[in-house]
Amino acid sequence: MFNYTFQWKQAMARLPQMLDGAVVTMQVAILSMVLGILLAIILTMFRLSGIRILSAVAKTWVEIARNTPALFQIYMAHFGLGSFGLHLSPFLSILIGITFNNAGYLTENFRGALKAIPDTQTRAARSLGMGAAGAFRHVVLPQMLRISFLPMTNQMVWAILMTSLGVTVGMNTDLYGVTQDLNALTFRTFELFALAAVIFYAITKIVTLGARLIAARLFRY
Amino acid sequence: MIEIEHVRKSFGQLEVLKGIDLTVSKGEVVTIIGGSGSGKSTLLTCINGLEPIDSGRILIDGTEVHAKSTDLNKLRRKVGIVFQQWNAFPHLTVLENVTLAPRKVLGMARAEAEEIAVRQLTHVGLGDKLKTYPGRLSGGQQQRMAIARALAMSPEYMLFDEVTSALDPQLVGEVLDTLKMLAQEGMTMILVTHEMAFARDVSDRVAFFHQGVMAEIGPPQQIFGDPQHPETRKFLSSTRQ
Repeated sequence: MFNYTFQWKQAMARLPQMLDGAVVTMQVAILSMVLGILLAIILTMFRLSGIRILSAVAKTWVEIARNTPALFQIYMAHFGLGSFGLHLSPFLSILIGITFNNAGYLTENFRGALKAIPDTQTRAARSLGMGAAGAFRHVVLPQMLRISFLPMTNQMVWAILMTSLGVTVGMNTDLYGVTQDLNALTFRTFELFALAAVIFYAITKIVTLGARLIAARLFRY
Repeated sequence: MIEIEHVRKSFGQLEVLKGIDLTVSKGEVVTIIGGSGSGKSTLLTCINGLEPIDSGRILIDGTEVHAKSTDLNKLRRKVGIVFQQWNAFPHLTVLENVTLAPRKVLGMARAEAEEIAVRQLTHVGLGDKLKTYPGRLSGGQQQRMAIARALAMSPEYMLFDEVTSALDPQLVGEVLDTLKMLAQEGMTMILVTHEMAFARDVSDRVAFFHQGVMAEIGPPQQIFGDPQHPETRKFLSSTRQ
C-alpha cells in the first residue's frame, strides 16, 4: 500500500533553482506590500475625505478585496483584463492581484488603527497651524502605521503565501511555479513540494522575526 | 488685540454662548472663571477658529477669524492654545514635539527650530528631557511641553484651556508657575481656569461666565473682593467652601 521510495537527493539537487524562485516570490511579495501600503494610505485618505464618491471607491475596494477569493482577484487581473484586450504578463497579473488584496485588507486595518488615535491629536496639530494634510501626514499617519505594524506583518506573510496562486495564471519563475515545473520534469512530487513548503516556512519565519526587530528599533516610545 | 463681538454659538439645541463681548488688548492677562457648561472653553476654541460660531464675530488684530477668506492656518501661528489634555504627540521625542510645527509650518531649518525648541523647553524646565518620549513624562511635564510647543511658534496670543484640571494636585504648581512666568513676561493671554488663587494673582481682569453669558468682568480685586452679580457671589462662595 505504501510503496514509495523517497529520493531526497533528486529534490535537493534542484534546491538552487528553487531558491532562485524564492527570490522572485519575495520580489512579488515585497513589491505588492509597498504598493499595497501606499494604495491603502490613499484609500484611507479617500475614506476620511468626506467626498462621497471617493469614500465609495475605497469602500467598494475593501469589500471586494476582503470578501472574494484571492484567486478570483488574480484571475481578474490576468484573464479578466485579458478579455478586454489588456494582456498582462503572469508576473504583472499576480503582482496586481496581490496588491489589490493587500490594499483592501490594509485599508481596513488602518481604519481600526485610526479609531485608536484620539481626535485631539489632529486638533492639537491643527492648533499649531498645520493644515489637514500636514496634521495627517506628520501626526496621524506615523501613529497609524505603528498601530497597524503587526497586521501589516501578517499581510506580508499572507502576500508571500499568495504568490503560490500565480501558477494558475502561468507564473513559473516564482518558488511555487518553479517547483511545479520541476515536478513535471522529475515526478518527485512529495519531495519537491515538501522542500518548497520548508522554504516558504523559512521565509515567513525570517520575515516575522525581521519585522519584530524593525519594530523594536522603530518604535521606541 | 482680540475683539469678541456678540458671539453666539450652539451645539444642536443647546446654546453655549449667548452673545459674548470681550476685548483683550496686547499684554493683557484675562482669566475666565465659571461653572462647567458656562461656555468658557468653547469660547477659547472659537477664538482660534477650531470651532465655528453662529453669529457675531471675532477679530484678531483686525482679521476676522471666521471669515471665509481668512487663512486659519496662518492665523493660528499667531494664537497658541494649550488644552486641558496636553495632547503630546506620542511618536515624537520632546524635542521633536516642539520642533515639528516650526519646521513643517514655518519651514524652519532643523538647526534653527531645535535652537528655539531647546530655549523654550529650558524655559519651562524641561531642558534635560529633550530626547525623552512623552510617555515617560509626568502629566505636569507633558503639559509644560505642550506650552513650550505652542510657544515655539512665537505666538502673539496664548489661550489656556483649563491646563491644570487633568493634573494630579502636586503637579498643578509647576504648570501654574510656568503660566505666571509667561504673564510676567508680557504675553497676552486668555486663561480658563478653576484655580482661583492663581486667577487673582496673575490676571489684569477676571471674567465670570454663567450659562453662556459673561455675567461680570473686572479687576481681580473687585471680582474676588466685591462681586456684583449674585451668580458670581454664589460661584465664588461654592469654590471657597
